[in-house]
Amino acid sequence: MSDFKFETKTFYDALNQNELIGSKCQTCEYVAIPQRYICPACHSEKMERLVFSGKATLAAYTVIYIPPTEMVNAGYDAKHPYCTGIVTLEEGPRMSAQIVGLDLSQPQNIKIGTPLKMTIIERGPEGTSKKVLAFEPA
Amino acid sequence: MTKKLARGVAVVGVGMSKFGAFPDKTSRDLFVEAYQELKTSVQKGFNPNDIEAFYMGNFSSDQFERQGHLAPIVASWIGLSPIASVRIEDACASGGVALRQAVLGIASGQYDVVLVGGLEKMTDLPGAQVTDALASAADTMFEIPAGFTFPGFYAAMATAYMNEHNGDLDALLKVGIKNHVNGALNEKAQFGQTIPDVMAGKVAKAIQKGLPVPEWKDEMDFLRDPKANPMIAWPLRLFDCSPVSDGGAAVLLVAEDLVAKYTDQPIFVIGTGQASDGSLPERASLSHVPSAVGAGEQAYAMAGKTPAEIDFAEVHDCFTIAEIMATEDLGFFKPGEGWKAAMDGKTARDGEKPINTSGGLKAKGHPVGASGVAQVVEVWKQLHGTAGARQLPGTPRIGLTHNVGGTGQTSVVHIFERRF
Repeated sequence: MSDFKFETKTFYDALNQNELIGSKCQTCEYVAIPQRYICPACHSEKMERLVFSGKATLAAYTVIYIPPTEMVNAGYDAKHPYCTGIVTLEEGPRMSAQIVGLDLSQPQNIKIGTPLKMTIIERGPEGTSKKVLAFEPA
Repeated sequence: MTKKLARGVAVVGVGMSKFGAFPDKTSRDLFVEAYQELKTSVQKGFNPNDIEAFYMGNFSSDQFERQGHLAPIVASWIGLSPIASVRIEDACASGGVALRQAVLGIASGQYDVVLVGGLEKMTDLPGAQVTDALASAADTMFEIPAGFTFPGFYAAMATAYMNEHNGDLDALLKVGIKNHVNGALNEKAQFGQTIPDVMAGKVAKAIQKGLPVPEWKDEMDFLRDPKANPMIAWPLRLFDCSPVSDGGAAVLLVAEDLVAKYTDQPIFVIGTGQASDGSLPERASLSHVPSAVGAGEQAYAMAGKTPAEIDFAEVHDCFTIAEIMATEDLGFFKPGEGWKAAMDGKTARDGEKPINTSGGLKAKGHPVGASGVAQVVEVWKQLHGTAGARQLPGTPRIGLTHNVGGTGQTSVVHIFERRF
């Protein structure tokens, strides 16, 4: 067993170091994000840390005009919508993330399958902003 | 091996409050309203002292009303103390899961008579806080930081669905139009208006205020107008979303050997199924709800019925796309055919598979914990031939309810049969 820690916090500690991490099962090779203590596929507990390449494609998306409080605080509203989606990582699993760098004026023109790459954005008012996972066109 | 109930369970009474926004009422007030109606619905009457347990679906009185531990309070409010009182929380599937737990409680032999409740009081909080409270039904550590809202999740599923099946977004609008037509015939519905009623109301208001009178060619034109029907989370607009609601619903279940004491017109629970799933990104498909397929398969197997044998269904249309996916997940239409069925009117009251004759969550309202129980109220009415102006012809024999929590982390399906 590695000394990899599986706590939820580990994921965000890595993200703060610009790393997107998950786990790979040493028994059946199932890849999960975020990391899991127990393999969802075979129940093995022999798990190792995996660093994702950050390459992905867009699997599903939306453009949000009525945001939740955290996004309102970050400056978004009906006149300043944002795109969020689900991406399929190069290594297989999917992840939710904000999608930046797209033209949102015609949401129907956003294409599922668009190649993306990981980026880390600062979200929220200056001084209280935090690092958040996002993807942008590759 | 197909699992069977160890003994039969029947519905002998139902009731629900009006759904809507009621600033002066708490969730317990609304549940009392539902329970009082239930009492009048039991053909031969019943003694409240017969009730041995209370299973109550409620998503989040903690967040909406700052009240935890709600089940014994509600039980006391209707005079049921000291019976076992349980609050079930599975997000928007809380009511359907409460029903299932009550069915299992009777089937096990532990109880003979059980009251099922569902209630939610959502309109006290400001809109953004309601959005935040509902978001806690998703994974707040790994999904919500992406900026998702619940309309956003279903919007993303809609893009995956339409992309996979080359579907037409107009199908979403058709679902809304149909559910408003049905809701307008339901005196308990939050929105008792068809879309043409809504259009006429806006025209009248503009004339009254001396403002420019809006003009729309038809319902579709109205629903495509961003001023009349603003975008919430593309491609879902306001009229694709179920409302924020207050309401309560109640169902009385008894063991089969006691049915004759209460009624000669029982509705039997012939199938029950429930399944769970991880958060949305973890699923093999984003264009349907795997847990709903699983729950449906369990319920069909137990009932010994096929999807073709279901006369009508109340499905979880929290968003219009959810109804389209549900009609496929339950096997009424093949994958990729649900949007076409909606376009072609196959799910209307006069269609081959009537869906959401009550108006659904969309028009009837969606007080989340109550919705799964209120679905049974509609099934009861249709099976008894007492659904009034929205009654299906020929008095149907078999109805189904489909109740989903979150984006499908929980799904619960029940099948009911009229036995009289």
